[in-house]
Amino acid sequence: MDKILNNKIKLEFMSIGENVALARITVAALVSQLEITLNDLEEIKVAVSEAVSNAIIHGYQNNPEGIVTLAAILKGHTLILEIEDHGVGIPDIPKAMEPAYSTDPERTGLGFVFMQSFMDEVKVISQIDSGTKVILTKQISADLKNIAVS
Amino acid sequence: MSLILNSKKNTLIVRVGGDFDLVTANEFREKIDNSLEETVAQNLLLDLSKITFIDSSGLGVILGRYRKVKANQGEVIIYGAKPAILKIFEVSGIASLMPICNTEKGAWELLEKKSFKGA
Repeated sequence: MDKILNNKIKLEFMSIGENVALARITVAALVSQLEITLNDLEEIKVAVSEAVSNAIIHGYQNNPEGIVTLAAILKGHTLILEIEDHGVGIPDIPKAMEPAYSTDPERTGLGFVFMQSFMDEVKVISQIDSGTKVILTKQISADLKNIAVS
Repeated sequence: MSLILNSKKNTLIVRVGGDFDLVTANEFREKIDNSLEETVAQNLLLDLSKITFIDSSGLGVILGRYRKVKANQGEVIIYGAKPAILKIFEVSGIASLMPICNTEKGAWELLEKKSFKGA
């Protein structure tokens, strides 16, 4: 039978690269409480990785003292992720979301492209010197033929 | 993450395993750049069969090495990636930039063809 679940978690962690994996694995464990396809699970993991990497690299400019907050809410079949930093903020949000736009030549500028491709909705709220909040929403539909085995 | 580097016939073969994200990307970049310099290899074969996860940080490093090798008239060929990993390459557009093979054998055959064409 199709599983319906309401759940919420909140995680606060230091702005270090090691916590990117921590964040995506935590969210993966949460959404695995639902019947979810491997494809959806992989897509959610990539989106979390991108949002948290952005907070660390761009929001906090790799300053480990920054604190990243991740909230994940499951409302039935809807997943809402909120990734927030209190870093430098984004001066021009539409430009930051353009494909292949990056302030660093060693990066692809594809973070927002992946978030937009893999989630249903991407919302960015940002204020200079105050921080950035990225809200990602995805409908999780169970495909019984292709369920991830936990 | 695991990283195994071998060189053969003017080519560096890199076997990457595990999660390829922000943390591991830095390590990968440094090791592969050092190895390219030490071995003076012109081409790069990337075995991604043991990769369990990749995001734009991992792709950025691959793209960076691609630019570097191409600037030296070399070739970069990817092989062995699982469907979930291949999808990331397709969404990013990188799949249309560099050749992707199923097996190491296929990658060597393609490299020989490309080298012959370029000679």
